[in-house]
Amino acid sequence: MTSTAGRPAAPAFDVERYRDDFPILRTTMRGRPLVYLDNGATSQKPQSVIDATTSYYAEQNANVHRGVYQLSENATLAYEGVRAKAAQFLGARDPREVVFVRGTTEGINLVAASYGRAQLRPGDEVVVTAMEHHSNIVPWQLVCDERGAKLKVIPMNQRGELLLDQAAKLITPRTRIVAAVHISNSLGTINPVRELVAMAREHGARVLLDGAQAAPHMPIDVQALGCDFYTVSGHKMFGPTGIGLLWGRAELLDSMGPYQGGGDMIRSVTFEKTTYAAIPARFEAGTPNMAGVAGLGAAIDYLAALPWPAVHEHESRLLETATARLSEIPGVSIVGTAEHKAPVVSFVMDGVHAHDIGTIVDQEGVAIRTGHHCTQPVMDFFAIPATSRASFAFYNTMDDVDLLVRAVRKVREVFG
Amino acid sequence: MSDLSDLYQQIIVEHNRSPRNYRVMEGPSRTAEGDNPLCGDRIKLFVKLEGDTVADVSFQGKGCAISQASASLMTGAVKGKPVAEAEKLFHAFHDMVTGKAAPDAAALGKLAAFGGVKQFPARVKCANLAWHTLHAALANQDTPVSTES
Repeated sequence: MTSTAGRPAAPAFDVERYRDDFPILRTTMRGRPLVYLDNGATSQKPQSVIDATTSYYAEQNANVHRGVYQLSENATLAYEGVRAKAAQFLGARDPREVVFVRGTTEGINLVAASYGRAQLRPGDEVVVTAMEHHSNIVPWQLVCDERGAKLKVIPMNQRGELLLDQAAKLITPRTRIVAAVHISNSLGTINPVRELVAMAREHGARVLLDGAQAAPHMPIDVQALGCDFYTVSGHKMFGPTGIGLLWGRAELLDSMGPYQGGGDMIRSVTFEKTTYAAIPARFEAGTPNMAGVAGLGAAIDYLAALPWPAVHEHESRLLETATARLSEIPGVSIVGTAEHKAPVVSFVMDGVHAHDIGTIVDQEGVAIRTGHHCTQPVMDFFAIPATSRASFAFYNTMDDVDLLVRAVRKVREVFG
Repeated sequence: MSDLSDLYQQIIVEHNRSPRNYRVMEGPSRTAEGDNPLCGDRIKLFVKLEGDTVADVSFQGKGCAISQASASLMTGAVKGKPVAEAEKLFHAFHDMVTGKAAPDAAALGKLAAFGGVKQFPARVKCANLAWHTLHAALANQDTPVSTES
């Protein structure tokens, strides 16, 4: 076990013990053990998450916030219990600050549509970064177009690191919102979000952080980050699909109008006038994804119990080894070489398109993502059509790295 | 189990490396563009018609080996052929890569090298892109062809 200089080594991470929690990791693919390296797209689920979702339907299913009967009250208690747990998980001061959404995409859309539309005036500015996922670009374009506001972009260098001196110039008194990705899905860069928050504060701008890729790799503390909104996707943090969290400061959420209209988000409705519920119900129109919430609760418990210092050591080792060994293959270049990175390795190979790489490594039982990763501006910046991306989770092993490297070498054999 | 060597036959790897008829054409009778937005494969096709004959055909493009080799081999296959013959090849090729018919080596010639594509469902669109673009050019469609309509 290696450790970063100057820091004491964490106790070794017993990866096999944790792999046992994930039934899909015992399956085979094309007759070989599955090597799942597409965690940036979606993560696998531990048995506890699968059980929580199943037992919700088997034992607890009733609509929340509606019935006076016991089963419905139990469902409501469980649902609100997960909200309290999620608040603690994110470092929120109050469970009312946590809104259940479908995922990060909906979290951003909610803030853009509700907060953005009310706040932005012609000539105002929204600032994003050059490495945003399409989901943190398009919602802002929509609202900027509608309000006559301007979208500005903080550039990055060739390593995939934000240029903070440029950011300081781009964030101005006209900036209302800074929307930034905490960890880039295509490059792996861990962004200096505290610095961005400080710049935004100077000019009174609000900050939304897209935490989709951060939640599976680090504990989140919105108070320490200092942002105003933070949003995550359940399925990328070992929870179910179709459920996520949006955290927002209570005073901001309180000031915001509804996002969607429907049941559960109202106080009273007449044909003449409707008054809206208090937060967070105001933003949760319709019957929510109750089974998803149950599963997300189990995922939060799972993450909270991980030995984080050891997980960090393990993930850095996977990242460093995969980066070094892929770089040794003739014609391979790593895309995204920031100093601070999550275990995401995007790469290109001279003369070979990413989809050919994807097909060939798939034949070896290795699942990686190939394409633009919903970050077309990042591909344009590096003047490449696509990358191949291996994104690791704590349950990946050094054997997975070996098999990845062997599979990528096979690509060289096919293409010469 | 599908076999890689069925997909990446030597001729496909070679045409990807050195595509034939890879050029912009002066004064084409028809042009058409095709793209596969999920993969980023892109081609622009130029066709010169003389009467009912495809007198010349060329392309430019970017993308995976299957899409670019398919475009290269297609240009060789349809050059000098009557339009009706080219259309017939389009259907025969389509049926082969989607698994509707076994490769007919006599009819398809070198194009039979794409017979292995049917084992890789995710790659069928790559092989078909050039042919759909040709079909659009011959039909004189002016909207770009997309595999995701």
